[in-house]
Amino acid sequence: MTVIGWLQIILFCVIIVALTKPLGWYMTRVFNGERTFLSPVLRPIEAGIYWFSGVDEKREQHWLTYTVAMLLFHVGGFLIIYGVMRLQDVLPFNPAGQSAVAADLSFNTAISFITNTNWQNYGGESTISYLVQMLGLTHQNFLSAATGIALAVALIRGFSRASMRTIGNFWVDVTRCTLYVLLPICIVYTLFLVWQGMPQTLGDYVEATTLEGAKQTIAVGPVASQVAIKMLGTNGGGFFNANAAHPFENPTALSNFIQMLSIFTLGAALTNVFGRMVGNQRQGWAILSVMGVLFLAGVAITYWAEANGTSTMHALGLTGGNMEGKEVRFGIVASSLFAVITTAASCGAVNAMHDSFTALGGMIPLINIELGEIVVGGVGAGMYGMLLFVILAIFVAGLMVGRTPEYVGKKIEAREVKMAMLAILVLPLMILGWTAVGVVYPAAVASMANAGPHGFTEVLYAFTSATGNNGSAFAGLTGNTFFYNLTLASAMFVGRFFMIIPAMAIAGSLAAKKSIPPSAGTLPTTGGLFVGLVVGVILIIGGLTFFPALALGPIVEHLAMNAGQIF
Amino acid sequence: MLREIRPAIVLLLVLTAITGLAYPLAMTAIAGAIFPVQAQGSLIEKDGKVIGSALIGQEFKDDKYFHGRLSATVAPDPSDSTKTVLAPYNAANSGGSNLGPTSKALADRLKDDVDKLKGENPNAAVPVDLVTTSASGLDPDISPEAAQFQVLRVAKARNVPEDQVRQMVASNIQGRLLGLIGEPRVNVLALNLALDRATK
Repeated sequence: MTVIGWLQIILFCVIIVALTKPLGWYMTRVFNGERTFLSPVLRPIEAGIYWFSGVDEKREQHWLTYTVAMLLFHVGGFLIIYGVMRLQDVLPFNPAGQSAVAADLSFNTAISFITNTNWQNYGGESTISYLVQMLGLTHQNFLSAATGIALAVALIRGFSRASMRTIGNFWVDVTRCTLYVLLPICIVYTLFLVWQGMPQTLGDYVEATTLEGAKQTIAVGPVASQVAIKMLGTNGGGFFNANAAHPFENPTALSNFIQMLSIFTLGAALTNVFGRMVGNQRQGWAILSVMGVLFLAGVAITYWAEANGTSTMHALGLTGGNMEGKEVRFGIVASSLFAVITTAASCGAVNAMHDSFTALGGMIPLINIELGEIVVGGVGAGMYGMLLFVILAIFVAGLMVGRTPEYVGKKIEAREVKMAMLAILVLPLMILGWTAVGVVYPAAVASMANAGPHGFTEVLYAFTSATGNNGSAFAGLTGNTFFYNLTLASAMFVGRFFMIIPAMAIAGSLAAKKSIPPSAGTLPTTGGLFVGLVVGVILIIGGLTFFPALALGPIVEHLAMNAGQIF
Repeated sequence: MLREIRPAIVLLLVLTAITGLAYPLAMTAIAGAIFPVQAQGSLIEKDGKVIGSALIGQEFKDDKYFHGRLSATVAPDPSDSTKTVLAPYNAANSGGSNLGPTSKALADRLKDDVDKLKGENPNAAVPVDLVTTSASGLDPDISPEAAQFQVLRVAKARNVPEDQVRQMVASNIQGRLLGLIGEPRVNVLALNLALDRATK
């Protein structure tokens, strides 16, 4: 580890904190339906869209209607992606002449993108056409991100409202998020990325004759417009197979730094939206502090492990850290930082190959996802995931002192705690359940690329990433098989929607409750005690659930590595 | 609930048209007008022919050129399309080795390459980025140490003084942005092109 390395990490954190408040202010205005500086341009478009689609923006929805609207929206999104992939050979914008994508891979990819997972069983430049990249993937990058944010805002409204039956209008939330937040940022962001060297063209792949006379086919495409929303919306599905490690998908150290910032900004700003909507910004800062503690701990461990390298490298006298599967322009620190950010935030873009990380360095991304990606988290998903843990922490604190727990003026009662537990139990059910199948079912075992405990970690990581809707991978695992296409799709689907539905039920039940003023017996939820309590609950629940699996994978691999064992 | 069906279809189609077609196509037009070179892939031409991209690494094996990182990219096996064969720097199918820290295949490969490089330059420590594969398989850069390490071989193959080559390396080092962000590096293709120009 170096001083310059840590300075990069600190600079990153400072900028995120600095952006949280202004962006939170802006987003609060957007979701409260207030005027913004973009309204003169966007308001007529917005009103036109509502008129054309038959949306009454004044009419709010009950939580069940809100949820059904969200689900219907995703059925349509699924059909568009699936259809475009299956028919790409006869549709336009296919200069590389890609043939139609197989049914199971199309199914997996469609589920992957509507759930904001963006797991890549497809190969980007080697599998799909420009039309699929744009109409299938770019569009769903926007809409699944907008959906996540809308759901988080709906849950926040549950906390901030009192004695109301409704939690907002899904159509309005999605439209406003897309028009006022995502699109304007992406337009500027795309131009920045192209300036840095990212291609944005509909032209053919380039045929080059290298300096030594060999032929090189260079894949290009409308990359920048997709990467902008891929990062901002914490989607993470790459234009290219190598994702953000590809020089065209992340050309410079600066593009890398801005990409890292853009993964976290909206998620961090949502904590401020929460604070503003419940009437006390310090509530938002307390949540961001919980995230910050877990984040810095993760960065420190991964950075240390990667800078340290492996015992194989030490034995050969190689210094400079574990550069296997990393790019020179990012080096150890920016690769480690990126890995922690992308898994803390449910993004899943990678600028280095997690499969080649050291055992402990690769364990932190795994843990980040298993804890529910609540460290900033996926846009929206992180916020509602974190609020579920807050409900549990408040409940545990209430048990300790024997009082009905309260949070931001709402009594947390049996219904909320049951729903929160239901959502949180989905993670181990899918992750551990499918991993158990994956390590005994012969067709699944054949997919492992590495032998020994590392092979187990590949399978564990795949189902963890899918259930957590992350999308990063220990990519040695051959995922494009019938078994993995279907099982991973089921993990992604259940991991997304069986977390959302309980969260929306909580939103509905909280909105209907009366707001009670804080009393002498109320636990203050803006201080260090509360932060420590939530961090503790997250680590205890995550630890108890996943420690045995981690012990079989990365932990035993680390011990084996130190003992000089290879597989 | 029934009145949610119309927005579910119409709003989805409208937003899809905006974000999936209008936005990427408009950005293609605007970016192409403002940054025409980058938008096409930062291509480098020599004598009217495209020799590669400034951002995409290419394979160098000749002793007179600086070599880049190892690349683990593959291509479909011409004799059996269900299998793949190694095809370094395949810019139409990026990817890494994905070998883990306790992989025997990785340990063997590292040992072979370290031994080979020690034979080439016994006096310097082998830089780790010269014996490891990059994440994309297309890394255009190597570390300044990895470039300096190869000076001996390149100078000998080109029959020019070592110092001249060493200076060319030094002038091709790109530092950290603002002295802080990123890592110092040398673009291998740019260095080799400069070398070809200077020492015909």
